[in-house]
Amino acid sequence: MAVMTYREALRAAMREELRRDENVVLMGEEVAQFNGAYKVTEGLLKEFGPKRVVDTPISEAGFIGLGIGASMLGIRPVMELMFWSFSYVAFDQIVNNAGNIRYMSGGLINCPIVIRGPANGGTNVGATHSHTPEAILASHPGIKVVCPATPYDAKGLMKAAIRDNDPVYVMENTILYNDKGEVPEDDYVVPLGVADVKRQGEDLTIVAHGRAVITSLKAAEILEAEHGVSVEVVDLRSIRPLDEETVLASVRKTHRVLLVEENKPFCGVDAQIAYLIQSRAFDELDAPIHRVSSVDAPQIYCKRLEDQQIPNPARVVAEALKVLA
Amino acid sequence: MAKPAVLTHPESLKRPAGPSEYAKDPVNAKMTKAEKVELYTKMARIRHFEQRCIRVYQQGKIGGFLHLYVGQEAVAAGTISLLGKHDHVITGYRDHGHALMVGMGMNECMAELTGKVTGCSKGKGGSMHYFAPDKNFWGGHGIVGGQAPLGTGLAYAVKYLGRKGSCLCYMGDGAVNQGAVHEAYNLAALWDLPVIFVIENNGYSMGTSQERSTAHPGCLAKRAEGYGMAWDVVNGHDVYEVRARTAVALKRAHEESKPTVLEIFTYRYYGHSMADPDKTYRDKEEIKEYREQKDPVLLFEKELIAEKTLTPEKAKAINEAAMEEADAAAKFADESPDPTLADVTKDIYWEEDNRGPDTSSRGTIIFE
Amino acid sequence: MAEIIDMPKLSDTMSVGTLVKWNVKEGQEVAFGDILGEVETDKATMELSCTVPGTVLKIYAAAGAQLPVGAPILAVGKKGEKAPEPSAPAAKESPKAPAAATPPIPETTGVACVPPAPAGGTAPSRPAADGTRAKVSPYARRMAEKAALNASALSGTGPGGRVVARDVAAAAAAPAAPSGPVNVSVPPPADGKGVQTDGDLAVGGMRQTIARRLLESKVTVPHFYLEVEVDAAPLMAMRESINRRLAEAEGKDALKLSVNDFILKASAEALRQVPAVNCSWAGTSIRQHGAVHLSFGVALDDGLVTPVIRDAHAKSLREIAIDAKTLIGKARAKKLTPAEMSGSTFTVTNLGMYGVSGFFGIINVPNAAILSVGATVKKPVVDAHDRIVVGQRMTLGLSGDHRVIDGAVAAQFLQALKKSLEEPTAMLI
Repeated sequence: MAVMTYREALRAAMREELRRDENVVLMGEEVAQFNGAYKVTEGLLKEFGPKRVVDTPISEAGFIGLGIGASMLGIRPVMELMFWSFSYVAFDQIVNNAGNIRYMSGGLINCPIVIRGPANGGTNVGATHSHTPEAILASHPGIKVVCPATPYDAKGLMKAAIRDNDPVYVMENTILYNDKGEVPEDDYVVPLGVADVKRQGEDLTIVAHGRAVITSLKAAEILEAEHGVSVEVVDLRSIRPLDEETVLASVRKTHRVLLVEENKPFCGVDAQIAYLIQSRAFDELDAPIHRVSSVDAPQIYCKRLEDQQIPNPARVVAEALKVLA
Repeated sequence: MAKPAVLTHPESLKRPAGPSEYAKDPVNAKMTKAEKVELYTKMARIRHFEQRCIRVYQQGKIGGFLHLYVGQEAVAAGTISLLGKHDHVITGYRDHGHALMVGMGMNECMAELTGKVTGCSKGKGGSMHYFAPDKNFWGGHGIVGGQAPLGTGLAYAVKYLGRKGSCLCYMGDGAVNQGAVHEAYNLAALWDLPVIFVIENNGYSMGTSQERSTAHPGCLAKRAEGYGMAWDVVNGHDVYEVRARTAVALKRAHEESKPTVLEIFTYRYYGHSMADPDKTYRDKEEIKEYREQKDPVLLFEKELIAEKTLTPEKAKAINEAAMEEADAAAKFADESPDPTLADVTKDIYWEEDNRGPDTSSRGTIIFE
Repeated sequence: MAEIIDMPKLSDTMSVGTLVKWNVKEGQEVAFGDILGEVETDKATMELSCTVPGTVLKIYAAAGAQLPVGAPILAVGKKGEKAPEPSAPAAKESPKAPAAATPPIPETTGVACVPPAPAGGTAPSRPAADGTRAKVSPYARRMAEKAALNASALSGTGPGGRVVARDVAAAAAAPAAPSGPVNVSVPPPADGKGVQTDGDLAVGGMRQTIARRLLESKVTVPHFYLEVEVDAAPLMAMRESINRRLAEAEGKDALKLSVNDFILKASAEALRQVPAVNCSWAGTSIRQHGAVHLSFGVALDDGLVTPVIRDAHAKSLREIAIDAKTLIGKARAKKLTPAEMSGSTFTVTNLGMYGVSGFFGIINVPNAAILSVGATVKKPVVDAHDRIVVGQRMTLGLSGDHRVIDGAVAAQFLQALKKSLEEPTAMLI
């Protein structure tokens, strides 16, 4: 096991897959010569050359669409969006073309594309650069969405995504890029659709994904220490496919549930999880399901308030205590 | 709005239609009589398939939208008849002509229109979404201009894989104002991709004429100059001319790996779709003039009869056979079963349809 | 062969069309694309273009007629051919799909909508005594069914009086308890002036936690109780002597040892001697703790906290006293960190300073026992020479978790503790 950052783990995944399959191509704005806007692809141009690591113009609809077209002929493009917020100018390509082509062709055409990049707020960059579109995109059948929270998951999910024969959208987080963790140096994948219990507990289940997992783990420590509450934290890791059974098993254990995500509340991922729990584990619930999401407003610029807008440990603790009342 | 000073139209379009000046072009001269008759047959088949679709639609058996290709046959026929093993085709929603040209059968096409499981996409795509990847045909795309980046990507893949091929990426004249088309132009020119953007200019983006939709409407292909791309304008009523001019672009793609924008002037006889009453934006005389004087099927028929490649009797027989084939396709579609409810949730994910120990997906992916 | 042309579907939403006019007559030749007439749809007036070339044999529908999609309007065939008879005029196949798929929606009849009667055997949920519906969490309801309890009749401690799992657990653990909801209403004071005004007090997080944790302990841990009386005279004498020495040596800021400090030290020593008490119930096993982390209760205005002295087994009396003093200060200032309140292996609670002679605390889960310290009181005792003398006696109560320890083990612990307290000089070693 090596200790590496989330950023290095993503890079390791891409490097290994570039070596493994000659049809894997990295593409995006500033990924090659500039070494990546967030340095995720640093050094890969030097290692693999300009055929495999390709700088694109600022032209998301164009190059994402190009990647989708190329994937239909068997190329496996890994497309970087400098921010997932920029996906909104390529929505037709990302949703209509990548998401529908297999279905509309009656299963004749596959689209093995990966689109990756950061999808998070909390970085003091204002509303246009702070979108978290995992719920929007996962609501489209034909699309897969994963949100790694740790370096281990970042590498394992990225490798699974590249090998997957469907479009997989990997939502990273700039705030996590420097987080360190143990990552095996050998070949492994984290299968899509498998959640991970990041902390065992008895009194309360917190379901989260992405950076909200890290926030929830901090909150769980406070709850244990200050309030004597034993909290289980379930990391979804993958939004679609969704590991429903792991969520339900935890609910059956603790009977109380708090959902935490960095999305805005309306029609977020948590809405789906809450539906799942009430539909399949209604009789297990000892209290209504609560949630903590971003405060329902466009992302505010002011950093002090943005830190309050996004779920933080204090907000999670306060809401957990309401669930436990 | 002021009209541009110079309209850049193909020279041949400025004269009354007559014998093709491209009959002796090498790509046409080298065709055997049988190949020419086959090309004519394919055009007639497109014509009669589409005419038969009108009846099926009017019988209420085709849902939603139906965009007909009648009048534009020479474009798909002329261009696609030139293609080889590594040449690919992608188009917009007016896709029936291209589908039949790449070799898709009338049965699977008609059954797709009526939403039957025997359709080319198992009744999941419909009129605008025909696909046949085994015939290098990548659709059939419903959103105007959305296929342009895909076509550019197909050309990128052809080049990446080291194949001598191309992608013909068709679009209507309405698509040239979409951003995705311009982004595709830029990438194609920037990376020297073997893509040919074929603008099938039938004069109207739905009900809006070019003068009312497009800045500098005189020549849409000329926008290629802004990207340093080659371009050409072609008379789309003359299938020989379409072949001759497309061959130049194709050679550029195959041998230099360079893109081209081809603007092919054509005309559609029916409305934008079946729901278009077709009386608000053009007059009957215009349609009549095209039908009588520039009909691509009739012009080619005359050409072939004059060349003595075809007799009027043989032409009649070809048309009757095409009508019978279309009738049979309508019958086939009628008699075919609907997809089942279980089919609705198949063909969404490869990993789900093929789930096994080696596939990477677990968990729930289709939700209740 | 002649073909019957039906009223066409001319738009995606059209179901009925009006034949505005005919451009053709019977006997006329028509070709592909010829405009046969005009049809008005829901959207626009559309031209009817010819899709079957030939001779118009028969016009079935007159101009002005309104017809459903699919109704025959004309026939086209070879010249001289006989026009076919339409089999079922008008609407022969048009709206079949909706009729088959969805039952017709009845027109309003004026009859009031009546909800369906409940299926046999399912009783409506039991209303609470005051007529409102009792709130029971789904999980509590299921637990109650298993325990054959009427969940609706229980007193709920959840938000808004909801009956939750802990309420059912408590009821199940105390089957003899009255099954009706606790009536918290009492008559108002007769003189109109009570000690306080009536009202519900908001319950803070600490109170909630106390309520939850101690209820859980009381209803899930099988408590048993032992009591021992200790001769506290030597301890009191030694405490006084040490405190005097400390004051002389260190002045006014000198450390002052409390009785509790000695009890904490003695407890740590007793746990070292009887480690079986320094254990926890772990579901399917008993966990032995290597270190002694001593928790002790600190009363606050609004509740109670239990800070923890880490590694008390390895600390001197002085170290324990300093730790305890620091933790008490932090507790009262509400500055305790989570780490300072977690991970205890044994708890000491002391109400001696209030003059309580003896009591039994509720076990602080997951500890195996809690020591409850009463006041040191002067009372007549019979000494070793059978004389009645004035003694200083302290009553110690031990509540034990019978899953982890039995009476004999607990007794050994108390014995060790008693010996330590009665011969306190050993604590200084």
